Amino acid sequence: MTNKGMYPWEVFIQSKTGAHFQHAGCVHAVDKEMALQNARDLYTRRQEGTCIWVVKAEHIVSSNPEDAESFFDPANDKVYRYPTFFKVSKKAKDL
Amino acid sequence: MMATNHLFKYVLSLGDDSLIIAQRLSEWAYKAPYLEEDIALSNISLDMFGRANMFLEYAAVIKGNNSIADDLAFKRSEREFTNRLIYEQPNGDFAKTMARQFFLDAYNKLFLEQLINSADSQLSAIAQKSIKETNYHIRHSSSWILRLGDGTSASHMKVQSAINDIWTFTGELFEMTENEKEMEKKKIGVDYPGLKSNWDKIVNDIFKEATLSRPKDEHMKIGGRQGIHTEHLGHMLSDMQYLQRAYPDAKW
Amino acid sequence: MSNNYEDIFQEKVDEGNKIEPKDWMPEKYRSHLIRQISQHAHSEIIGMQPEGNWITRAPSLRAKMVLIAKVQDEAGHGLYLYSACETLGIARDELIQQLHKGNAKYSNIFNYPTLSWADIGAIGWLVDGAAIVNQQSLRGTSYGPYSRAMKRICKEESFHQRQGYEIMSKMANGTFEQQEMAQDALDRWWWPSIMMFGPHDSESSHLSNAVKWKIKRHSNDELRQLFVDRTVKQADLIGLSMPDPDLKWNPKKKHYDFGEINWDEFWEVINGNGFCNKERINNHVKSHEEGKWVRDAVLAYANKRKNGVIDD
Repeated sequence: MTNKGMYPWEVFIQSKTGAHFQHAGCVHAVDKEMALQNARDLYTRRQEGTCIWVVKAEHIVSSNPEDAESFFDPANDKVYRYPTFFKVSKKAKDL
Repeated sequence: MMATNHLFKYVLSLGDDSLIIAQRLSEWAYKAPYLEEDIALSNISLDMFGRANMFLEYAAVIKGNNSIADDLAFKRSEREFTNRLIYEQPNGDFAKTMARQFFLDAYNKLFLEQLINSADSQLSAIAQKSIKETNYHIRHSSSWILRLGDGTSASHMKVQSAINDIWTFTGELFEMTENEKEMEKKKIGVDYPGLKSNWDKIVNDIFKEATLSRPKDEHMKIGGRQGIHTEHLGHMLSDMQYLQRAYPDAKW
Repeated sequence: MSNNYEDIFQEKVDEGNKIEPKDWMPEKYRSHLIRQISQHAHSEIIGMQPEGNWITRAPSLRAKMVLIAKVQDEAGHGLYLYSACETLGIARDELIQQLHKGNAKYSNIFNYPTLSWADIGAIGWLVDGAAIVNQQSLRGTSYGPYSRAMKRICKEESFHQRQGYEIMSKMANGTFEQQEMAQDALDRWWWPSIMMFGPHDSESSHLSNAVKWKIKRHSNDELRQLFVDRTVKQADLIGLSMPDPDLKWNPKKKHYDFGEINWDEFWEVINGNGFCNKERINNHVKSHEEGKWVRDAVLAYANKRKNGVIDD
């Protein structure tokens, strides 16, 4: 069962002006406004970041692990194995 | 001193408003529709407790006699609390909480933008500190009014119903007591009726976008500033003040 | 270099390198982690309830704000952990269903009731104290996302234990009634806290793989001993005593010897017969169900606007 319409968004925080954006973690949200609000609430509770980026996780392109062999699907450049990434037939059960 | 008493009453009322809404919001802990919103609501609650603390600490200083903010929060009785009635209304469901919060956030933004200009430097400083978080609050609650108003038909019904129910408490936000009129003349306090037209604009714009209707103006309930409360406040206080009342000699 | 996926995986683990979501991993490693991380997440979320119980009654503005922040941190920690768990290919909804159906567990300790304000002190001091011992150990866990979540959590945890200890300390040095309340809370929370470290090493069924795969870096008994040694000294400092007649400093071992845990109670609570088990789950189910119309509205609104949501 998947979260209907709630997607993972990766969060990057810039702790002060001029600093690099650093990956902080992930929030669930259904659109970018909500993702930003949730990211602000979850990841800047201890100190105010100057800026927050949110990116829908499935839009991040990742390199493959360094090892010579591709252990997993070589064409898979998705960051995580989120179940929502995979299209399945509506008739498929228990997925 | 009469002047001190006037100022004390004024600052106390602002502390009470913040304290009571903070307490209401804190009741949502672990009960929100999803975790991210749990965190959002407790952030707002914390902001309001912080604001209540600032106002009540200042009121305690004005009162003198080694009074502290906790004395004011935990040792006064029902008839001594001067918060407006809207703040003490029960949370109800998420729609009811967000409807109330939206009205208050729009109001507080406008109020603080005026209070920043107070001739009283302490009040001006408190307003300065509070404005940034209030801008976040209004963004948060107005987003929710949009999502609920223009979400599903069930959410639309719930939030419209919540708006209709709480409308009768919104009028009090724009009333002025004699004391408040005095404070305004001295350029310490804010002109509350003067906030109404901007508040109406904010509310009407969001309602329109959210496909919600503004309730007809009706008889507005007032009395909070005189300590005439709805029956809800008593229960809130007996919960909130229990430990300090049960163990009067203890320090926590 | 071996071509065998399993050998390469084990080599990585042995060398102290992190396993990341896209790396090959044995199916048992993946399922073990899903179970462990999700149960850790559920513990954080359920843990909000016993402490949340005293938010409205906190006896000072400062205590109230500190408690709200602490409970909020727990929600945040739950979120970090659910996110880490999802990298293994399972959705948060499914994890929540597992919790609701009783297929996933959470830490036993949260099945105990908070009866007085002193319990809030005891939880911060003992329960968070025990959690910190465990979490510090987990910073070295082999799975990257879990390790990173643990580091973030550990950073935020430090104020939790201090908050609890401060409450206990004030009460232990307060009025007679406060002292009684504090001692009573310690009496009730001490044994459940040391049970948090789980069964003796000799009885723990998941242990061998967990150690081989460096999911678990220290044994249950090792961590438990560390916690006992630290905490007894803290209790002495504020004049409270542990409810254990067998608790004694062992100069040879340089550790505290302590009495035998009531394992019957431990297993009873794990199996659902603790004081608050049903209530904790029912509360969670209730909030989740009552929130459904809100989540539906959020989705409907976003679909109407396609605001940042690109059609799949």
